Amino acid sequence: MSIQVRYFASLRESIGRGEDLLETGQASTVSEVWDIATRGSEIPANLLCAINMEYVDLHSPVNDNDEVAFFPPVTGG
Amino acid sequence: MTIRIAESSFDPWDEIQRYQQQLPHQNKYGATAVFIGSMRDFNEGDNVQSMTLEHYPGMTNRYLEKITKEASDRWDILDCLIVHRVGEVNPNEPIVLVAVWSAHRAAAYDANRYIMEELKSRAPFWKKEQLSEGSRWVEKNTSG
Repeated sequence: MSIQVRYFASLRESIGRGEDLLETGQASTVSEVWDIATRGSEIPANLLCAINMEYVDLHSPVNDNDEVAFFPPVTGG
Repeated sequence: MTIRIAESSFDPWDEIQRYQQQLPHQNKYGATAVFIGSMRDFNEGDNVQSMTLEHYPGMTNRYLEKITKEASDRWDILDCLIVHRVGEVNPNEPIVLVAVWSAHRAAAYDANRYIMEELKSRAPFWKKEQLSEGSRWVEKNTSG
């Protein structure tokens, strides 16, 4: 299973990279993607998640070729 | 309905004028509600020299389209224009323009407010402020 993981804004800076490519059959939810991609880093308060550019929560299931994004609260406008 | 992510500074009044001239509903709109958000040179008690706006390309457009669709389902609006900056922005420069055209003022005002509030809470943009002593990410938007 291949999952593209993306990080934005302050989270990208604190993680030190903008993306990861996970080649794993271990992740069945967004939360498991986070654990594998960040090697068990603590989940930040107010973390927002998206699958294929739609907001989801940490319990949402992931599928092969999904793009999973993690980012802090949005501050546009 | 038009959504534009602007990578350089824009003139909101020029955007409105040019957009309005090509609206298909000439002679049908009686109300235009305009919101322009510009950069302040202060935030949380500090002087801000400039800011950098980051976004999630693709998701930004998708959510702005969703939000304008929700507004047009809810109110009887004729058209809408959203322009939002990314990249480096300096004080006094516009960050966001939302313009809504409708036959009557209530729909234009209400839809404009709805689009702005939903943009602020759902569209994936982030601001990083440059201060004289370094930089910081804006952690949350003001309540209004």
